[in-house]
Amino acid sequence: MAKHETPLLDQLESGPWPSFVSDMKLEAESRAKNVNNVEFQIPQDVIEDLMGVLELSYKDAETHWKHGGIVGVFGYGGGVIGRYCDQPEKFPGVAHFHTMRVNQPSGHFYSTDFLRQLCDLWEFRGSGLTNMHGATGDIIFLGTTTPQLEEIFYEMTHKLNQDLGGSGSNLRTPSDCIGAARCEYACYDTQDLCTYLTQEYQDELHRPAFPYKFKFKFDGCPNCCVASIARADMSFIGTWKDDIRVDQDAVKGYVNGEFPPNGGSHSGRDWGPFDIQKEVIDLCPTQCMKYENSKLEINNKECTRCMHCINVMPRALRPGKQTGCSILVGAKAPILDGAQMGSLLLPFVEVNKENDYQEVKDVIESIWDWWMEEGKNRERLGELMKRQGFQKLLEVTGVDPIPQHVSEPRHNPYIFWKEEEVQGGWERDINEFRKHHQR
Amino acid sequence: MAFISSGYDPENPMQDRITDIGPRNYEEFYPPVIKNNKGKWLYHEILQPGVLVHVSETGDEVYTVRVGGARLMSVSLIREICELADKYCGGYVRWTTRNNVEFMVDSKDKVQPLIDDLQSRKFPGGSYKFPVGGTGAGITNIVHTQGWIHCHTPATDASGPVKGVMDEVFEDFQNMRLPAHVRISLACCLNMCGAVHCSDIAILGYHRKPPMVDHEYIDKMCELPLAIASCPTAAIKPKKVEIEGKTVNSVEVNNSRCMYCGNCYTMCPCLPLADKEGDGIVLMVGGKVSNRISAPKFSKVAVAFIPNEPPRWPKTSETIKKIVEAYAADANKYERLGDWAERIGWERFFEKCDLEFTHHLIDDFRDPAYYTWRQTTQFKF
Repeated sequence: MAKHETPLLDQLESGPWPSFVSDMKLEAESRAKNVNNVEFQIPQDVIEDLMGVLELSYKDAETHWKHGGIVGVFGYGGGVIGRYCDQPEKFPGVAHFHTMRVNQPSGHFYSTDFLRQLCDLWEFRGSGLTNMHGATGDIIFLGTTTPQLEEIFYEMTHKLNQDLGGSGSNLRTPSDCIGAARCEYACYDTQDLCTYLTQEYQDELHRPAFPYKFKFKFDGCPNCCVASIARADMSFIGTWKDDIRVDQDAVKGYVNGEFPPNGGSHSGRDWGPFDIQKEVIDLCPTQCMKYENSKLEINNKECTRCMHCINVMPRALRPGKQTGCSILVGAKAPILDGAQMGSLLLPFVEVNKENDYQEVKDVIESIWDWWMEEGKNRERLGELMKRQGFQKLLEVTGVDPIPQHVSEPRHNPYIFWKEEEVQGGWERDINEFRKHHQR
Repeated sequence: MAFISSGYDPENPMQDRITDIGPRNYEEFYPPVIKNNKGKWLYHEILQPGVLVHVSETGDEVYTVRVGGARLMSVSLIREICELADKYCGGYVRWTTRNNVEFMVDSKDKVQPLIDDLQSRKFPGGSYKFPVGGTGAGITNIVHTQGWIHCHTPATDASGPVKGVMDEVFEDFQNMRLPAHVRISLACCLNMCGAVHCSDIAILGYHRKPPMVDHEYIDKMCELPLAIASCPTAAIKPKKVEIEGKTVNSVEVNNSRCMYCGNCYTMCPCLPLADKEGDGIVLMVGGKVSNRISAPKFSKVAVAFIPNEPPRWPKTSETIKKIVEAYAADANKYERLGDWAERIGWERFFEKCDLEFTHHLIDDFRDPAYYTWRQTTQFKF
């Protein structure tokens, strides 16, 4: 017999999609039976109370969680989100129900040994419920009590060789796409750069010293599977400088119907035979390709590397060999002043493991210096860029302006000239002027 | 429930303390076929919905079986994933950026037994534990936020509407009949922890009532200047209020200037705004993050408000289904939802999707609004 009736939640057990309600019920049952005699460090019926409070929210159509409150582990300013229930008498098991962010391994690859260690720790000292994964990329441990925070951190660092992630006004846990590990499009090693910078900037990640949150995300190619261009203060997006590699025999293979277009992604409908003119050449945004006499020609100088032709014919086309990344800056979700997309700062940066990614770190640190000096409380980088202008960003990063920085030049001529740009400067003698111009 | 120490000594927090070690290194967790072929992959193919093969220049192949899952996951279910990964995949498994789980094997003959096992596992309530799918021109898993299970500012739940919508569009999780992939995301308030603002279809929780002021406690619990400064529309100003004959410092909200972002509530718990009738869902459409063919773009508001309907949010699910079907019927191959809407024109989009156009959908928030008004004689009747 369940501790709380949950008639509304029960309706989420039917239907084909995996039911989180069924999963929670099984976990509640498993804790109640406790066949492995785990000495639970938080209430055994925590999940029943969590379902109880969620059912109440389904009835009230309002949340029953209060604000955070300052909880954390000694010496860190992030990684733990305080959470308290606003009906603690009814649901004592979740009166304190703090979240811990656990820094995921890059690429979200796991061994089952490590996953089991995480599960054992979290069953013993927490609710046994997780998010795999949170929106930023962390493994989320959902719900424990204040006295357990240090214990979990101690066990995690001592036995699991594992650290917490970021929260608050600091570097948030960086995350990446699958990259070269299992994708032929990757233009640099996203896992390695992500891990390297995460380790390099541990202090910035754990100890909030920034005006607000700051996110790095690493996409191996312009397909942007980790959505860096929409949500990272600095997006590192793989690209290449030289020519798309073409296997003409494989192109013919696609034309002759030997290979399914777009890696077979459209097989659920009969779209008719593959038509290279209609599906590739005509859709190229720069019209830089033609297919004549059974040969594909690409005017690579005019290509903007949108990935469409490569996506459609992965066996025939590959990104070039001279690879690196573009860096875009300032993306964010709408709070406060509207959403912003990342803006291109550096078209091409070498991603070089041999020199510890020095080019990349130089850009990051020049931007941080500016933002930490000038950014207001709770002002994201993108908002500072809007407030002080793109020119200021170029100045602090030492980047020369180029047409690639804009989608089009400005619409107004209200140019703020610098005094040193104007011949003779701004200091003039009014009496000299009056010699030639009467009052 | 006796307290068991990890070895941590609260009297001596720095003793043996280990900090700043970061995450475990990814290299520990690559299955051998990944380790051996990293950076050497030549091409891939989706063999059937949810099943991919990647072929390496070494001749090796890796077969991936992708399954959907709720983002909220118990340790028992993760252990079951481990059991499957041990049995079929040499003890390795991974997650995608959209909360799917990927099981990888190094030869084709290992694929079918794995699929059969995954598809056979169901929860007692009847739902799949590990539905295979989520690839190609279909609808993959919804990325989402916490909602009522764990957050203090949500205007809707997350896991509930996601379950409702995924049940509704489940066939498209296991099929690839659409013109291009359709990414659905959910954020339970404007803060958008889920960054849904560039999704083909975004489900957004939205408050519609300005905050109440808890005059009696606000000066004791909050820094009033911070609460005032937090408002992006300058709708909050200081005010002295009489409470039981005593004058207390508080604030006043200019209701007509409030856009219900909840930023003040994040700074000050004495300004709550959640409300059963006020809160609900905004549907946004046509965003994308990929640079493919067209540039990345923001989602646009297509439905200004749908009430919260726990437990299954039927109106939200039906409306999404309607948009997906109109898109499936009319868009060209490879055309994303937003590119389709732009090609046919937004007037046609509302017609074909059978959605009402109301004044709420015309932007009136600051400068960018002007750029969204129609400034040409080119329109369709």
